[in-house]
Amino acid sequence: MRRATRLDNGTKTAPAAESRPARSRSLNPIVWPLLALAVILLFNLIFTHGFFSITVKGGHLFGSLIDILKRAAPTMIIALGMTLVIATGGIDISVGSVAAIAGSMAALMVRGANIAYLEETAYATTPLLPVFAFALLAAAACGLFNGTLVSFVGIQPIVATLILMITGRGVAVLITGGYVLNFNHPRFEYVGIGYLFGLPFPFIMAAGVFVVLFLLTRLIPLGLFIQATGGNSVASFYSGLNTRVVKLLVYLISGLCAGVAGIIMTSDVKAADANYMGLWLELDAILAVVIGGTAMTGGRYSLWGTIIGALIIQSLTTTILTRGVQVQYTLIVKAVVVIFVILIQSERTRDLLQRTRRKIPASG
Amino acid sequence: MENDEILRLTGITKSFPGVSALTDVDFTLKQGEIHGLMGENGAGKSTLIKVLTGVYKRDAGKIEYRGVPIDVHSPLHAQVLGISTVYQEVNLVPNLSVAENLFLGRQPIRMGRIAWKPINDRAAEILARFDLDIDVRENLGHYTVAIQQLVAIARALELNARVLILDEPTSSLNIEEVDKLFQQMRRLRSEGQAIIFITHFVDQVFQISDRITVLRNGRYIGTYQTEDITKVDLISKLLGREYEKLSELAVSRIRREEAAEQDAFIRTEALGRRGSIKPFSIRIRKGEVVGCAGLLGSGRTELANVLFGIEAADSGKTYLGGRDVRIANPRKAMRWGIGLGPEDRKEQGIVQGLTVRENIILALQVRKGWFKNLSYREQKEIADHYIEILDIKTPSAEQLMRNLSGGNQQKVIIARWLASNPQFLILDEPTRGIDVGAKTEIQKLVVELSKRNMAVLFISSEIEEIARCSSEVLVLHGHEVVETLYGTDINDQRIMNAIAERHAEGNEVG
Repeated sequence: MRRATRLDNGTKTAPAAESRPARSRSLNPIVWPLLALAVILLFNLIFTHGFFSITVKGGHLFGSLIDILKRAAPTMIIALGMTLVIATGGIDISVGSVAAIAGSMAALMVRGANIAYLEETAYATTPLLPVFAFALLAAAACGLFNGTLVSFVGIQPIVATLILMITGRGVAVLITGGYVLNFNHPRFEYVGIGYLFGLPFPFIMAAGVFVVLFLLTRLIPLGLFIQATGGNSVASFYSGLNTRVVKLLVYLISGLCAGVAGIIMTSDVKAADANYMGLWLELDAILAVVIGGTAMTGGRYSLWGTIIGALIIQSLTTTILTRGVQVQYTLIVKAVVVIFVILIQSERTRDLLQRTRRKIPASG
Repeated sequence: MENDEILRLTGITKSFPGVSALTDVDFTLKQGEIHGLMGENGAGKSTLIKVLTGVYKRDAGKIEYRGVPIDVHSPLHAQVLGISTVYQEVNLVPNLSVAENLFLGRQPIRMGRIAWKPINDRAAEILARFDLDIDVRENLGHYTVAIQQLVAIARALELNARVLILDEPTSSLNIEEVDKLFQQMRRLRSEGQAIIFITHFVDQVFQISDRITVLRNGRYIGTYQTEDITKVDLISKLLGREYEKLSELAVSRIRREEAAEQDAFIRTEALGRRGSIKPFSIRIRKGEVVGCAGLLGSGRTELANVLFGIEAADSGKTYLGGRDVRIANPRKAMRWGIGLGPEDRKEQGIVQGLTVRENIILALQVRKGWFKNLSYREQKEIADHYIEILDIKTPSAEQLMRNLSGGNQQKVIIARWLASNPQFLILDEPTRGIDVGAKTEIQKLVVELSKRNMAVLFISSEIEEIARCSSEVLVLHGHEVVETLYGTDINDQRIMNAIAERHAEGNEVG
């Protein structure tokens, strides 16, 4: 009889005690990055004249907002791949260099098939398939290299990808022969500067990458496996999961994403500069992931959050530029805002906010 | 006699959500005494030490130190008071020199710079007392764990430790090293040092302790003069009896005859792995619960790990339904219909940041593979089903795992394996560290599973629950299956004797 009552008490008290953390978590975590983005846009609404004006020219949309979508695209694509890597508890700091390799490879293919034999005007007809194929193949090889080092050789992710971050740029320089490879190929240039449905094509590409990754992680259990690996790789191993394959896959995906970004960037500037293309891009990508609410410790991730994170970074950069902040201060302003955004997101700050919110009605 | 008492803990109580860590525990320590603190996994040894050293804040009880009631706020505070702990994994800095480690944070300064000469001289002098003639300028990591441990002890004493706590110091030492450590402990005792010696090695505690305190399930069982207690008595105190009798579980005993008629589901022939478990030959039939008894460190977990492919066997054979198979990793084991609920729930079992639903369907999804995705609706159905039949207390299937109590987390792990529909389930200490109500529920579940024709290997530190649930019991000692008990031979006393005999026989560390 006594035992029965105790079990009874257990049923009653347990949910009550456990519902508290659940409630504070019930707000979708994406709310915070969205809020930060809203604040930045609001600032522009008030202080930057014409920031929100969008005009239609020849069926294409123009304006600061559209510009942000276009410029954010490469960071966004790389950050999407990075999100999955970070969700497994890893990191990929080689993405900037991989983008440079893929971009250089694309430029080489656009020119390379023609440069020695044909006149300049002939560039326009280079078939695009081998251009994309070789660029993405190179990027995939880089991703597999990283993945093998991390999952099969067992090197710490930051060290493993540091190798390619450094040597990768060397490889890219080898591909371009040390020259800035410029070209003239309207169909290829469409990737970087074209418009589709009135929107910049790079942004459409980013949306496409998002959709592909979203479906890939939902239609097959990749999303669950990534989160389980990042959440507790030992427990995942005990559950029979091949965590090595999971890790290999995310680095492969990250490499491919960097490849796509590299192609866009090359096409955008009609040239491949191996030394500077995608330089420090990995940092913006990691920042976008973190701002988007994916923890560096691995486990839960948010692809939506990463999209917002990349938009925040680009909005910030564009805002700083249009505000005419002196060049030497731009990075400092950016850093201050980033610190602020990350503080907003930290659980401690949120607790603090909630406590003060509770206090105010109590005292009033 | 009261005067030489340096430490007195009374009525120490500490609980965590859903876990009874310590209930009303008493402990006293005298000057010049080595006091053994014993208990199986989850008995509360380390919780007690953490309360004493200020890692945890006690819920109730009193700590008196040198006759004065104290509150310990932090490990640093404990150290200042003179209560120092040396852990199993030495908590010093391996890439600093031995001398630096000894004087870390209080290096003598001369003319604004660290005075190396006096440090090194003084370090050599200190270690000479420990019979250690080593180069004190060499990095600490250069030396064996045994030497590192002595250095850690020397450092603690240099910091004026009046109470020295040694937490499982012998676990990674060989026999000679243990002897050397004991020599030093005896010397310190003769100098009046008070030492708390935490261990799960019965033989060692008899070798060195003056008194022994036993904890079980977070409760104080008693304190005994070493010469007044026998090994068999001590083991029975360690393993103990559950407070609640559950006669209904005797049902499993009847099942044995029916089960006996079936062929073995899994059979091993001299299966073993060097350094982990000596070759063992066992057979487990469907519908049968085989218990696995033995003290902590007897090789219970290693046996389970070899069967499940966590550590692949390097000798012997495994037969599944008559077929010779090699289980090289958990993936293969799963494919053959084997499941394992691991010993360390937090490290090896749950994924804290995922939901209950995701934790439950994980193994099933892995088993289904990459291309047969369970839809959200299927996942939800499966999760809700097991939440209901296992009575998992959670507000919903979408609750994060970390918000559940220990017992409910354990049930989720069992649910994970049940969902993957195994034919043979290994449960390594499924009742460890959870409260009594949840314990009996899990025991009932084990029997229930066998009734549904599942083969179960049930590993536990608690002899009574093994005796209650199993139709066959493997007794382990020194990483070897030393005895198998069947049918009517199975009772608490027989199992206990089987374990205790081995301990009485040899001095081997087990």
